[in-house]
Amino acid sequence: MSAVATPAVAKPNSVWQALRKNRMSWIGIGLLLLIVIAAVFAPLLAPFDPFQQNIAFRLEPPSAEFWLGTDSYGRDVLSRLIYGSRVSLLVGFVAILIAMCIGSALGILAGYVGGMVDQIIMGLVDVLLSFPTLLLGIMVAAMLGASLENLIVAIAITEIAPFIRVARAPTIALKQRDFVEAGRALGFGPIRLMGVHILPNMISDVVVLGSLWMASAIRTEASLSFVGLGVPPPIATWGSMIREGFEHILDAWWLTVFPSLAILITVLALNLLGDALRDAIDPKLRSERA
Amino acid sequence: MNFPLVSKPPVLELRDLRTEFRIGGAWHAAVREVSLQVSANETLAVVGESGSGKSVTALSVLRLLPQSAARHGGGQVLLDGVDLAALSEKQMTKLRGEAIAMIFQEPMTSLNPTMTVGDQIAEAIQQHRNVTKKEARRLALEVLEEVKIPAAAKRYDDYPHQFSGGMRQRVMIAMALACKPRVLLADEPTTALDVTIQAQILSLLSELKTAHGMGVMFITHNLGVVAQIADRVAVMYAGEVVETADVHTLFARPMHPYTEALLRAMPRVDGNSAELESIPGGVPAINALPKGCAFAPRCRLKEARCEIDRPKLARVGATHQVRCVVRVEQHGDMA
Amino acid sequence: MIRYAIKRLLMAIPTLLAMLTAVFILVRLVPGDPAAVMLGDQASAEALDALRKQLGLDLPMHLQYLNFLRDMLSGNFGASMATGRTVLHEVSLVLPWTLQLTGASILIGIVFGLPLGIWAALRRNAWPDYLGRILSLVGLSFPAFVSAILMLLVFSIELQWFPVIGSTGARTWTQQLHNLALPAFNLGLIMTAYVMRVTRASMLGVMGEDYIRTARAKGVRPMRLILRHGLRNALIPIVTVVGLYFGTLIGNSVLTEIVFNRPGLGKLILGALNSRDYTLLQGLMVVFASCVIVVNLITDLVYGLVDPRVKYK
Repeated sequence: MSAVATPAVAKPNSVWQALRKNRMSWIGIGLLLLIVIAAVFAPLLAPFDPFQQNIAFRLEPPSAEFWLGTDSYGRDVLSRLIYGSRVSLLVGFVAILIAMCIGSALGILAGYVGGMVDQIIMGLVDVLLSFPTLLLGIMVAAMLGASLENLIVAIAITEIAPFIRVARAPTIALKQRDFVEAGRALGFGPIRLMGVHILPNMISDVVVLGSLWMASAIRTEASLSFVGLGVPPPIATWGSMIREGFEHILDAWWLTVFPSLAILITVLALNLLGDALRDAIDPKLRSERA
Repeated sequence: MNFPLVSKPPVLELRDLRTEFRIGGAWHAAVREVSLQVSANETLAVVGESGSGKSVTALSVLRLLPQSAARHGGGQVLLDGVDLAALSEKQMTKLRGEAIAMIFQEPMTSLNPTMTVGDQIAEAIQQHRNVTKKEARRLALEVLEEVKIPAAAKRYDDYPHQFSGGMRQRVMIAMALACKPRVLLADEPTTALDVTIQAQILSLLSELKTAHGMGVMFITHNLGVVAQIADRVAVMYAGEVVETADVHTLFARPMHPYTEALLRAMPRVDGNSAELESIPGGVPAINALPKGCAFAPRCRLKEARCEIDRPKLARVGATHQVRCVVRVEQHGDMA
Repeated sequence: MIRYAIKRLLMAIPTLLAMLTAVFILVRLVPGDPAAVMLGDQASAEALDALRKQLGLDLPMHLQYLNFLRDMLSGNFGASMATGRTVLHEVSLVLPWTLQLTGASILIGIVFGLPLGIWAALRRNAWPDYLGRILSLVGLSFPAFVSAILMLLVFSIELQWFPVIGSTGARTWTQQLHNLALPAFNLGLIMTAYVMRVTRASMLGVMGEDYIRTARAKGVRPMRLILRHGLRNALIPIVTVVGLYFGTLIGNSVLTEIVFNRPGLGKLILGALNSRDYTLLQGLMVVFASCVIVVNLITDLVYGLVDPRVKYK
């Protein structure tokens, strides 16, 4: 219905209220909380030492003692899963944080300065986006070598381009606004204008998209680990657990199913939350990538 | 109440039409017991501020309101005696664009950007008449020329974005008139246009009305436009008709305090325009309507009884009706 | 239209060059001496020198860069160090399989995603919409290899409806289809989820536009309203988004091929990774990225066809 035919009505108006009403966001928040708690309190929650090998008990199906079974070295799957959440969450979070900071900074720079700088940065974005995401991650991780830090760097690189775009657009719009003009007239330097005046106005949009892309980062981490480019063993991440479990897929289904479920639940929770946040803050905001 | 106010039988008649919107969980009336009549070769102007329910009234006639949010709450919409409110959706679809047509306010967004203007007009014809594509094209071209689009034949295959606002509005008029409807509903068709273009479109509509003998319901908030084109006027406020009269009477002897206020608020070349008068307060929300007369909170003639009972529409002249107990009393009810 | 096409083509060229540069830099990021990495610790100094000469590593960097550009732009993507065959040859061996898989999944994605998205948009806030939104969100949350593994477990191992080991040995059409079914279903499901979301969002946006109301006021019948006025306009953003999906599709396809043990570009990459075949890896990156650039170009062109406002600027 166009605005012409809308009746005059008194309406409530609040982002927080919209968020609260959304059932999906509650499920998302709840699941996420569970996982974060599991990660933080891993030493208390995990029944066994995730590194402890027990050859006598290898490849046991789920039982009363080993709730989710054991892997080919006799290690308890549940404990590895719980400890694995730490690595997966850490990697995803830090990678996104790096991508968000650097990406936003570049985006604001591009939008604010414009001209040649803008062209160069957007050219960089185009190049980054011309690589299939996973392959870019594979390439970087392969070249740098397998380690926790390199994994984070690789994932951050794959996630940086959308942040640049998302930071640039509102910057261009905000640049024209009166309060920025006023600031410039008062003699504020560009750094101050960018950091203090422009940044806070778009931070909420960026953070919302950040949560959505953290889901993407965790998926990428799992995929990279599955392909063998993740954190080297014996540290457990969900992706590498699936990789190891894949070799025994014919007779030990629990090795792949439970880490899969863990990944799915985490990514789903982040997606639900991100979707709900996005709908609550600005229904017109579109995501840059799936 | 239903005494004839027009000499000829109306082509379109609304009787106590009520349209409700769902707010929160409850249904509230946006159009309350509205009765209007339009005859052939006549322009009825429906005037009011935003939120008065005038657009909703027109959309209710054609049943174009979204079914999830709005519903028909009572009353009849009679087109040549047939109640449109009682028809099935399928029957209604047949009538739309054929017996009754509507044009809208925003020509910039009211045309399909991926269809040529010619095709959009031809579509109106083909949905209702059993003609070949070639014949539809010929008829569409005819009507495109009738709305005075220069070089119509060449522009037939152009897309809407290649036209200016005024031209797009002409295209919309052409689409509406393609099947020679008996009634045209015009929802603020000139509000979004420049004043000079506005005059052109208004005179075009006038010509077409006479040429086709249509009844036109022209919705506007601009009294200047009313003075230009209306034969009769109905003033709406908060979902109700508060005054109807022929155009001369309305401007010469407005009765309802709201109508008076509207006229006073109009900037005039001949008047003392040191100050522009505005009406204090605002239109009430439909889910917060005052008890009694809807205009009472803003009315300078307000009496105690105005806030208790809802006034009825009463006759004060041959073609003049008013919904105000104070004014009717002053003039003597001619019922 | 031609002008638009040429403009887009010209804009793709700097992107192509920048991409090649990026690959060049990326490959030379490898810490340490590539020759030593490839030949191992035991290699002799002469062998290392010979390999460095062969790889052109003894030349100054800018010469390496120019040679690299010249090679890539003339279609010489290098040769696999392991097999000696050119990268193009390696690709051509496995390309039919990958095309089969991605083609089938794109087909599934569009054939199911579009109607489902339209349906969800029309039944907004009714149960089909909620169900559809939840399912599509779940579908998007699976990393491609996770859903592939789960499918493998359920359909191949438990139910034994489909073979576990890949496509080698498939002779007849039906056998090939049988082998293709599960992997295509996996990829197709993810793409369906994606297309459905985009279609729903786009249709919702379009159905609220003024011209839909005008069409209804004209008496346009419901089916025609949805298709010619609704979908036809909703396609514009859908085309763009589906085009952008191509990069993700490649990644998903690689993972799916690995899980289902199908021959294809995915296994090629994995093999190159495991054997440290850097020239093959480099060549493959260029091939893939070029494909993405080409697909983006095609998407832009299709966009121009679908949106008359672009054609007749």
